[in-house]
Amino acid sequence: MIEIKNLNKSFGSHKVLKAIDLTVKEKEVVVIIGASGSGKSTLLRCINFLELYDQGEIHLQGQNIEPAKTNLNKIREEVGMVFQHFNLFPHKTVLENVMEAPIHVKGLDKAEAKKKALALLEKVGLKEKSAVYPDMLSGGQKQRVAIARALAMEPRIMLFDEPTSALDPELVGEVLQVMKQLANEGMTMVVVTHEMGFAREVADRVVFMCDGNILEEGHPAEFFKNPKHEKTKQFLSCIL
Amino acid sequence: MRTILDILLSNYEVFLKAAGVTLKLTVTSLLIGSVIGLVFSFFRISSNKLMNGAAKIYIGLIRGTPLIVQIAILYFGMASIITFSQFWAGALALAIHNGAYLAEIFRGSIQSIDQGQMEAGRSLGMSYSMTMRRIILPQAFKRAIPSLGNQFIIGLKDSSLVAYVGMTELWGSALSEAASNYRQLETYMVVGLYYLAMVIIFSYLLSLLEKRLNVSVRRS
Repeated sequence: MIEIKNLNKSFGSHKVLKAIDLTVKEKEVVVIIGASGSGKSTLLRCINFLELYDQGEIHLQGQNIEPAKTNLNKIREEVGMVFQHFNLFPHKTVLENVMEAPIHVKGLDKAEAKKKALALLEKVGLKEKSAVYPDMLSGGQKQRVAIARALAMEPRIMLFDEPTSALDPELVGEVLQVMKQLANEGMTMVVVTHEMGFAREVADRVVFMCDGNILEEGHPAEFFKNPKHEKTKQFLSCIL
Repeated sequence: MRTILDILLSNYEVFLKAAGVTLKLTVTSLLIGSVIGLVFSFFRISSNKLMNGAAKIYIGLIRGTPLIVQIAILYFGMASIITFSQFWAGALALAIHNGAYLAEIFRGSIQSIDQGQMEAGRSLGMSYSMTMRRIILPQAFKRAIPSLGNQFIIGLKDSSLVAYVGMTELWGSALSEAASNYRQLETYMVVGLYYLAMVIIFSYLLSLLEKRLNVSVRRS
């Protein structure tokens, strides 16, 4: 589904990604963990080309994507993304947020887009909030709307960039619940998070990043029980 | 005091007509200026060096020279190449002048919108221009309203300078009235009142607009 080969990326003289190789299979849930500045968010943002890399290859669904020769807008339709700070459109209602891209990118007619949007809002438990503006919502509600908005494009892959890091602790659960449901439905997901409980319970594979490298990866049960690398042990002991 | 009232009452037809010209001049120049400003604000945030450079030079030249000089250059200088009517020479000079300031206002408000809004739009498959049009600009415009209002008021008052290329808008007609009635101070006070009235009405309309737009939202 996603195949990343020898991915390199620098910001100025700082190397953020150093020859990253990563494969994500269809319906797989991969959780990327690591300290801040380890390159995990940058890696995620490379997968939908919000960030362009310097070197390497990204294959999506078997196709080698060359940014210069590809209509990246088309690619992004298939790769949904959820951001740490939600990034809802504040001048549009919850319903309009979810309907925006299906109508204007996919060309869906309004009635159909509305029907689908309401169904998605129901799925994330926010149908009754469809008419309000985002600033009337709690953080957890905002993030659930953001998930519905991304799902409205019917993506093949969903990327989550620290989706619960900006939330009050008591609101984290409702967002993770939606993500878990999505994983159970067979969505291919790449999740950058500090929620180890989620990683343990939902992930098929955990990837640990440090200084722009993938230090180790493995099945969560094994990964958390027997981390091999010294830095992984250190990180886990800090966070657990 | 008597003379002020006299001038206010006896000359009101002349001044009202002239105020009409001022209003037409201001609206025309600000409409064109807004288009110029929006276009150059895009040039200014563009990564294209040519566009960016062009915008910097335009804004630099306009902000660096007095409006009266710009009006004179456009009126006398350009007149040898193309013939403008007096009205259009004045309106274009004001439009080009205000355009530079409006470009900076638009640029500032566009850049004040959180980067995440563009990223969210792009991540949904929207193009840069669609995200700009549907997501960024509506928010930026709302945020720009106080500064836009300010610039529009300045534009209204600055339109008085086209009197010096012979236009009989409000200030131009004040100059000629004063020259014939020898009541300079009183005449100028009367046109001052006309400008003040126009600005007060405009400010009121602006506050209505702000109130209306603020009923929806502020942040995400």
